[in-house]
Amino acid sequence: MSNIAKTPINVLHMQDITMQFGGVVAVNGLTLDVNQGEIVALIGPNGAGKTTAFNCVTGIYEPTFGQVDFMGETILSNTPKGKMKKTYLGEVSPRPIPIISSTPDVITKKGIARTFQNIRLFGQLTVFDNVLIAKHMHAKQNVFSATLRLNRKEEERMRAETTALLEEQNLLHLKDEIATSLPYGLQRRLEIARALATEPKFLLLDEPAAGMNPQETQELTDFIKQIRDSYHLTVFMIEHHMDLVMQISDRIYVLDFGKLIAHGTPEDIQNNERVIEAYLGVSDDAED
Amino acid sequence: MKKNAVSKNKLYTLAALLVIIALLAFLQANSAQYSYQISILERSAIYAVVAVSMNLLTGFTGLFSLGQAGFMAIGAYTVAILTIPVDSRASVYYVNGISPAIANLHCPYWLALIIAGILAAALAALIGIPVLRLKSDYLAIATLGFSEIIRAVIAAPQLDRITNGSYGLKSIPGFPNLFIAFGLPALCILLMVLLINSSYGRAFKALREDEVAAQAMGLNLFRYKELAFIISSFFTGVGGGLLAIFMRSIDSKTFSINLTYDILLIVVLGGIGSITGSVIGSFLVTAGREWLRFFDNPLVIGGFEVPLFRSGFRMVIFSILLMMVVLFYRRGIMGSNEFSWEGLGRLIRSIPSRIKRKSKAQKHPAGIPLCPESMDDSKKGDNA
Amino acid sequence: MSLTTFLQQCLTGISLGGAYALIAIGYTLVYGILRLINFAHGDIFMMAGYFMIFAMASFPWYISIPVVLLVTVLLGVSIERVAYRPLRTAPRMSVMISAIGVSYLLQNLATYLFTALPKGYPEIPFLKKIYQIGGLSASFVTFLTPVLTLIIVYGLIILINKTKIGMAMRAVAKDYDTAALMGIKINRIITFTFAIGSLLAAVGSVLYFTDRMTVFPFSGSLPGLKCFVAAVFGGIGSIPGAVIGGFILGLGETALVAMGYSTFSDAFTFVLLIIILLIKPTGLFGEKTTDKV
Repeated sequence: MSNIAKTPINVLHMQDITMQFGGVVAVNGLTLDVNQGEIVALIGPNGAGKTTAFNCVTGIYEPTFGQVDFMGETILSNTPKGKMKKTYLGEVSPRPIPIISSTPDVITKKGIARTFQNIRLFGQLTVFDNVLIAKHMHAKQNVFSATLRLNRKEEERMRAETTALLEEQNLLHLKDEIATSLPYGLQRRLEIARALATEPKFLLLDEPAAGMNPQETQELTDFIKQIRDSYHLTVFMIEHHMDLVMQISDRIYVLDFGKLIAHGTPEDIQNNERVIEAYLGVSDDAED
Repeated sequence: MKKNAVSKNKLYTLAALLVIIALLAFLQANSAQYSYQISILERSAIYAVVAVSMNLLTGFTGLFSLGQAGFMAIGAYTVAILTIPVDSRASVYYVNGISPAIANLHCPYWLALIIAGILAAALAALIGIPVLRLKSDYLAIATLGFSEIIRAVIAAPQLDRITNGSYGLKSIPGFPNLFIAFGLPALCILLMVLLINSSYGRAFKALREDEVAAQAMGLNLFRYKELAFIISSFFTGVGGGLLAIFMRSIDSKTFSINLTYDILLIVVLGGIGSITGSVIGSFLVTAGREWLRFFDNPLVIGGFEVPLFRSGFRMVIFSILLMMVVLFYRRGIMGSNEFSWEGLGRLIRSIPSRIKRKSKAQKHPAGIPLCPESMDDSKKGDNA
Repeated sequence: MSLTTFLQQCLTGISLGGAYALIAIGYTLVYGILRLINFAHGDIFMMAGYFMIFAMASFPWYISIPVVLLVTVLLGVSIERVAYRPLRTAPRMSVMISAIGVSYLLQNLATYLFTALPKGYPEIPFLKKIYQIGGLSASFVTFLTPVLTLIIVYGLIILINKTKIGMAMRAVAKDYDTAALMGIKINRIITFTFAIGSLLAAVGSVLYFTDRMTVFPFSGSLPGLKCFVAAVFGGIGSIPGAVIGGFILGLGETALVAMGYSTFSDAFTFVLLIIILLIKPTGLFGEKTTDKV
């Protein structure tokens, strides 16, 4: 359900994002947009630089060059400095731009949440605590009021919201289980629930269907659509499962060797020769 | 159903508290007679405070710091300087005299303890800025280094007029009564328990589990590491102050690296990540060291002198026991569990069946797991 | 200060630095392979000192020295076998705690067996003979130490870079898991590394204690820690780094003592540590590794 009729509100704008590690340019001059309410997919063969691009958005990496705007505000921008000036190999020539760096926690606070390619739950903590921690950053308290239990109202509110969220995701009956004891599919669901608990406006999903069978993938597909609608989210996802991608994406960007090689609706991409050449046709069984 | 369990717990806890208070009153009344036991208990309680604060940092937040002795030294010297009676000071600083700046600085012990903690915390805040971004091994060595630097500064002859250099400080007034002596450590531990079970405690645990995910939860790594470091050092400083009051006289040699190692071994024995474990460990180690004195004296059985039993043997036995814990019983006594009345009940009820199982196993020596852990907690590949 | 006195102090510093360098290499080798700070290394060094005392009581020096080297190597290798190998899969903290435990055990064992009182280190006549070169006079061992250190380091570098086992060591240090997959017998390599480290510690102990003249149970812990700092300073995992670190440490300490700040000579080490950790945590010759998320 994209807002093609009205002027789309831009949620994410990446401009000329380039990420260079030593002599390898993992992401090369990537420019893309994600608009409010869309589900946009980023696809490409393994090693194309998709997770690196994600990491640039969420502040885990500082891009070698380029800028990232969220809701119109520049949250990250960088230009090569020092030694990198001479060794820069990116396609787009760098221009002087103000350098803005943000740590991942700042970016999360702005309303961007993400999941990780290799699930990063708080392994030894319970399911309940995993989600409860997500509530910490928005709570009105400080270390003294929390320790001395002066923040009872906030604590109760956090717990109530966590319980509600877990119930919605059908995880409440497992709330006291240790996170790593959950089966893989439920761990993924928990990770998404935890991301939702941070009250985001923008959700980045890194290979949410990894390791799932066709039925689970279908459930996930419906799930993503449903949370997009009920939480008024914008979703940006990396995925290899083409049925999921083609079913729910409004638009798709295709990366190969760090460069954008195609962009358009699912129909455009399915018929795009360059994309087919790059990798479409790889069966789902190749998923590890 | 749950409400009954909660009020049952409260009842048990209240009963236990009353027993402890009664015991303290009894000991207080007979303090001369039981002075040896009392001093062991007091020392255990004080070490427990430091052990819990170390656990807060290492077990709950995942920051391996070996700087405890240094912060204890700061706390101890602060308390000493502030509480030695003004009249006695000339005799304590008999060699070089006391610096006029501190000669008349005096305050009651409870205020001195708070100031001690604050000073330790302030220093930790400073040290944390460069040190907390280091990886775990380097963090350990850096904090160890700072601990030694602090000790060297305290012992330096240049500061003789403040710290009395290598002569140490004595005539520190002791605890007014046993209720204070045990109440203060209990208060410290209680505060730390409240912290760990609060939202911030959960944030610390998140940091330990996965730093990258913690950041994705909006937790600023440095801020929270610094917070944990400051709070832990506050209580370590208070612990040092308590130690000064307990020992009545201190010098810089008390706060060598070995003191940090002692606390670390208490934490490991009790279980990294268990506050109950640190408390139990502290009492076990302190009392155990005394009990092991048995090994230090020549043992004569039926006119035959058993070899090996002489001075120093108990520390060897102690070290061997500790190595066995480290190698075979890595999770310590409590693992990462805390005390609960249900847990205690389960443990007591399981004793008869454990005895049965052991005797069965002797008949059928099938594979009995050596390590009580069901899961290997190896973390392949650091996240930092 | 006259030139002669200055040179004399330099000589003392270099000599001390040489002993430190040998011990620092032990730390750097073990850390490079296992990412373990072998807290017990300094105490192995201390035990070597005691072994010498007892060896010299029964044998002449030309038998004692090899015996001490051998026994120290056995000690180091057994420690690895008993206290570190079982924890190979455990979190890093556990192994570090085990190392601290071994250190603790060795110190208490030494106190128990040999008492806490300093014991006199035996005099090896040819080492203590005083020589005069120009205006400088010192015992033979003072001149010998830096030279011997450099020879040993040279030999070690050839071993690491030009032999098969050296290549295996480098492989294990670079990527433990892949090295195992390539068929390298990890246990043998690790044992070998500990053997070399202990051997160097034993040599260092002979050179160090001959000058010091007394051994007591804690004579290894502080030098041990200092040598680890020297290794970090030079770049943990780098042998030339450890050597440079050792010499800088030795010179710096000697300078401080000569200037009258002996109480700070120990703290100096740690100030050095803090500085390097702040400026270049990987050390002077260390490599920078980027972590992949």
